[in-house]
Amino acid sequence: MSLRIVVCVKYVPDATGDRRFADDLTLDREDVDGLLSELDEYAVEQALQIADGADDAEITVVTVGPEDAKDALRKALSMGADKAVHVEDDDLHGSDVMGTSLVLAKAVERTGYDLVICGMASTDGVMGVLPALLAERLGVPQVTLLSEVSVAGGVVTGRRDGDTASEQLEASLPAVVSVTDQSGEARYPSFKGIMAAKKKPVESLDLEDLELDADEVGLAGAWTAVDSATERPARTAGTVVKDEGEGGKQLAEFLAGQKFI
Amino acid sequence: MAEVLVLVDHVDGAVRKPTLELLTLARRIGDPVAVALGAGAGNTAGVLGEHGAVKVLTSDAPEFADYLVVPKVDALQAAFDAVSPAAVLVVSSAEGKEIAARLALRIGSGIITDATDLEAGDEGPVATQAVFAASYTTRSRVSKGVPVITVKPNSAPVEPAAAAGTVEALTVSFGETASGTKVVSRTARESTGRPELTEAAIVVSGGRGVNGAENFPLIEALADSLGAAVGASRAAVDAGWYPHTSQVGQTGKSVSPQLYIASGISGAIQHRAGMQTSKTIVAINKDAEAPIFELVDYGVVGDLFAVVPQLTEEINTRKG
Ligand SMILES: Cc1cc2nc3c(=O)[nH]c(=O)nc-3n(C[C@H](O)[C@H](O)[C@H](O)COP(=O)(O)OP(=O)(O)OC[C@H]3O[C@@H](n4cnc5c(N)ncnc54)[C@H](O)[C@@H]3O)c2cc1C
Ligand SMILES: Cc1cc2nc3c(=O)[nH]c(=O)nc-3n(C[C@H](O)[C@H](O)[C@H](O)COP(=O)(O)OP(=O)(O)OC[C@H]3O[C@@H](n4cnc5c(N)ncnc54)[C@H](O)[C@@H]3O)c2cc1C
Repeated sequence: MSLRIVVCVKYVPDATGDRRFADDLTLDREDVDGLLSELDEYAVEQALQIADGADDAEITVVTVGPEDAKDALRKALSMGADKAVHVEDDDLHGSDVMGTSLVLAKAVERTGYDLVICGMASTDGVMGVLPALLAERLGVPQVTLLSEVSVAGGVVTGRRDGDTASEQLEASLPAVVSVTDQSGEARYPSFKGIMAAKKKPVESLDLEDLELDADEVGLAGAWTAVDSATERPARTAGTVVKDEGEGGKQLAEFLAGQKFI
Repeated sequence: MAEVLVLVDHVDGAVRKPTLELLTLARRIGDPVAVALGAGAGNTAGVLGEHGAVKVLTSDAPEFADYLVVPKVDALQAAFDAVSPAAVLVVSSAEGKEIAARLALRIGSGIITDATDLEAGDEGPVATQAVFAASYTTRSRVSKGVPVITVKPNSAPVEPAAAAGTVEALTVSFGETASGTKVVSRTARESTGRPELTEAAIVVSGGRGVNGAENFPLIEALADSLGAAVGASRAAVDAGWYPHTSQVGQTGKSVSPQLYIASGISGAIQHRAGMQTSKTIVAINKDAEAPIFELVDYGVVGDLFAVVPQLTEEINTRKG
């Protein structure tokens, strides 16, 4: 029987550009370039490797995001995923993590899955909690923050490198997995992959398709509220000296002046 | 006064500093009730009481060690039901955030992660977050349910405040999903004897400029002269010069010490994401154009192989 893998990928503003807030204190997506969250490339990579090791597997990539988020799906398809699901609805604007995880849970259930793979965190919200929430909502094991992952005989195993210890984990499928940037370099899409991606199916779903009400998601349905967002004042220019042989001593003098020594 | 639930981060009963910081923040909102889980939980009560915990709920069921995350969610939920608190505070560690998120969903509450400050407001606690690699500061609230907030280490001072610290056993009934993810084995990390990276008051980091594992002792010697933790950039870690657990940045540890010293680190956005909230920032880099200099309070343009040993020697001399 085919192994059904669903990879959740997020479309995020480019971290090397100017990221901003819009007037309603949500992410400004109008004036900034977006891309597939780099940390989700690792999730796609692991899905491809797990699929390679399985007799028969199908990889579906899912995103929740505006029109442009299709770019993230195309990138994942050009890496080698088989098909894509795009959840897109004006009422999703301003969703918090509770809203996003609700939509993803519905989309994943509708698609059908044995294994859901996520990145360790998005590069914009960086909460790192969505995979755990997805597992809670789906009622399946969470096997998260893995630096090594493999699947065999209906069981997923992996290594989680924590603060104080490294743990070897094991759970039966179906399960939700998230992988770190230590799990293995993500491949670049080949020219062939890019051409093939253009023909792969992308299904668009809205809230109605997922049997969700507008007030369960979006800014109105969010369980958190942002009251203000202010740009951090640029740090006042510090002292920069050129080492002419006494640089270390001068730095020690500075540190002593600041009471660090 | 309302009670505030605080999940205790401890290792075999030794309470880690970020939890004591949470107790300081919790007292701004109400009376802290601490929840300590796992082996040694009962031994945490003394220090928690000295830092304002009116009550300590403990459970050392084997499930906490044998399975990932969910048993602790079950326990925190049991504590929540027993206390009816006005807020729940958890340390922003990887595990802490996952526990907090699942609890929030179960109790129908919003969650705020990685707060760097917390104060009481008219509509509940107001959290400060440093977002987009700390280029923006936001103030946010949980608008539904009982606020669940995770707080970054070094966000508040540790302030002693005597309280009862009465110990009570917490009764937990584990749900079906609690045993879903088995911890097959666990290898404890070897202690370096240096402070924990996220908790340290001073962090000294090395990057690609350190140019080899054999040179990292230079960075360590500087760190030891200041009683600091050692950090590294991803470039240094990926090259295998220093353990991955020392990586500072977006996908490594996020630190906000009193003093951060970067040597041979360029200051890429992903590195900045993990250290930009440090109070004082110092850099040593031979390239005057390196972006790290945009952040510094004090910078030395120079060869780290000359500057770092001189600095270390000068500090050791001054300390006598
Ligand atoms: C700066 C900032 C701060 C925020 N703070 C909060 C907050 O404190 N509380 C709150 O409730 N919300 C917050 N949000 C909103 C929250 O980040 C979004 O709702 C988001 O979609 C889910 O969180 P995340 O991206 O941080 O998830 P993470 O948990 O960091 O993401 C982990 C993984 O989940 C998957 N994933 C996440 N989002 C999607 C998606 N839209 N489509 C497909 N897969 C996805 C990806 O695999 C990703 O790698 C914040 C957003 C921003 C931009
Ligand atoms: C998704 C993603 C996540 C990432 N997460 C992280 C993260 O968590 N942490 C992180 O650090 N990076 C992260 N990165 C990598 C990041 O983009 C940079 O590549 C990395 O920070 C560079 O490390 P570096 O500054 O040590 O190396 P470089 O950028 O190569 O800089 C080395 C510096 O050393 C200086 N130098 C060289 N020799 C000397 C000398 N003798 N004396 C003094 N100075 C010298 C050079 O002038 C240069 O400025 C991430 C990247 C991606 C894509």
